[in-house]
Amino acid sequence: MIQLLKMAFRNLGRNRRRSFFSALALAMGLALLLLLASFVEGEMGSVIDLTTRLESGHLQVRAKTYDENKTSLKWQDLLENPAQIAAQIASLEPVQVATPRLFASGIVSVGSETSGVRVIGIDPLSDANAPFRDGLLSGEFLTPEDREGILIGYPLAERMGLKAGDKLNLSVNTSNGDVDEQMFIVRGIYSTKTGGFDRITVFLPLAKAQAITQTDNHASTIFILLKDKALTEAVAAAIAGANYQVLTWEDMNELILQTEQMANGYIYILYLIVLAITASVIINTLVMAVFERTREIGILASLGMKGRQIMAMFLTESGLLAVGGIIMGLIIGVLVVAYFTRYGFYIGNMGVTGLLISDTIYTELTWQDTVNLTVLSFIITLLAGLYPAMMAARMDPVQALRGGR
Amino acid sequence: MEVARIENVTRIFKTGDVETQALRGVNLIIEKGEFTALVGPSGSGKTTLLQLIGCLDQPTSGRVFINGKDVSKLNRNQRADMRRGTIGFIFQFFALIPTLTAYENVEMPLLLNGKSSAERRQRVMSLLESVGLADRAHHRPDQLSGGEQQRVAIARALAPNPTLILADEPTANLDTANGQQIMETMTRLNLETGVTFVFATHDPRVIKFARRVVTLRDGMVVEDSAGVLVGEGG
Repeated sequence: MIQLLKMAFRNLGRNRRRSFFSALALAMGLALLLLLASFVEGEMGSVIDLTTRLESGHLQVRAKTYDENKTSLKWQDLLENPAQIAAQIASLEPVQVATPRLFASGIVSVGSETSGVRVIGIDPLSDANAPFRDGLLSGEFLTPEDREGILIGYPLAERMGLKAGDKLNLSVNTSNGDVDEQMFIVRGIYSTKTGGFDRITVFLPLAKAQAITQTDNHASTIFILLKDKALTEAVAAAIAGANYQVLTWEDMNELILQTEQMANGYIYILYLIVLAITASVIINTLVMAVFERTREIGILASLGMKGRQIMAMFLTESGLLAVGGIIMGLIIGVLVVAYFTRYGFYIGNMGVTGLLISDTIYTELTWQDTVNLTVLSFIITLLAGLYPAMMAARMDPVQALRGGR
Repeated sequence: MEVARIENVTRIFKTGDVETQALRGVNLIIEKGEFTALVGPSGSGKTTLLQLIGCLDQPTSGRVFINGKDVSKLNRNQRADMRRGTIGFIFQFFALIPTLTAYENVEMPLLLNGKSSAERRQRVMSLLESVGLADRAHHRPDQLSGGEQQRVAIARALAPNPTLILADEPTANLDTANGQQIMETMTRLNLETGVTFVFATHDPRVIKFARRVVTLRDGMVVEDSAGVLVGEGG
């Protein structure tokens, strides 16, 4: 075995440049696979994380009859005395934060410019608002007592030509089906770097949102974040009640989870394409080696080497090529992925409806993907080496000694 | 004692629709310890006959016995087993593995025969010494002259202690002095070890070393200096 390895290693060394470039092809293939896998992982992880932090939370408690699509403001569809419910939920140990939110539809207008928005009434003091508070680009964050202030997203501000301190008109649906219109002062402009969210979402203090929508002491939902996502089902069961519905992040983000499954399916096709290209380079290298060494194969056969031993020699060469390529590929791949994990990959505003996608994707390479792709690359390279190895093993010794002619 | 017996052997090669009859009913017996030359012009069937005796090829008809065993119908693996340890080859081109040193080239058949590392070391060094190349053991073929490479090939052929060594034009690519040295080495080893040598050649300077000369022409044995003309073309 050691002799076989030694021979294979030296055989690869005969044409160092060719062996190096073949291993490099495998290395680039593996590096590309690692980058693709980490990109998808990072993107889907980011979508789920963003959606959870910005929209769905880990759990939401709503009135039994609340229909999210209609953004109902009727009292019977809302939760009464939501602060009390939120406080009860927040007292549970696994709960990080629970806060009431009120959703309404509205239209922002400045001069002749108008834009449809989703109004969210929030408790400005809640930690659940961290993404908006931390993403404040100008102005100030809302306070519970603020009766004139509104927080708007950067893309909306840019489109309407608004800056902090400017005034705008907001028309909002009310609980009795009317529309109320009031002037607000842009208290602050935020960015979550998620164009799809920031462009359409404006915030008011909950009390003001309740006042303008005439929903009194009601809220659409209790938005809940947990200390550990894995405890979602347990907490959902603990807070389940007869008068309201409890929705988990999985219930609320079916589209994302389906998209993730689909992306994983597509990415496997991409993996196979990349590996097929790599395999063809390896096959080419080894077939050339077999042709160049035809007479040598004849000599080995004359010494009594059997077909399977000749095959093992060529398979060892492809194995060594695979190991070299994989080591290089892991180094290149991990370095490239590390760069994009740190600095991100700017993709701009994707504007995909129904998905919150950040403008920068930070790659995320998992151990599972690394091990799977490394093993897959190794197996594909060995399979690629099978054809030339069989070709060498089946060679007629007499023909081979004549140099294959 | 018979080392090889060839009985009425023919060998026909087909290339497309064209058939070439390389051997036409050859009969030949090689006794242990012989130092025999197969001579004849190009195309007379010398190399084909060596390949059949060496179990590299199979006859179209007739039978080949090596050490009393019929090898005519053996499959590839069985023929490989027969070659390994029984038959040594020396080729016209200096048939060494270019990536291995002289030592490793001689060691290769011993590895294939599963000899221990200590056995291998002792055998390889003694063989390299017997062909005068002990000091070149760790040189690769491209660092050796043609004559030295052919001496390594002789050492390799002898390594597994075979009963028969087949050499196909072993001096064809060497100058006179080196050719002479190779033939002297082969003669000496034949006498010292008793191993049978059969070599194909058409060089009169080589033929003179043979104790028996078998002449082939057009795939038939037409003359045998041993005195028994066994083949008349089938």
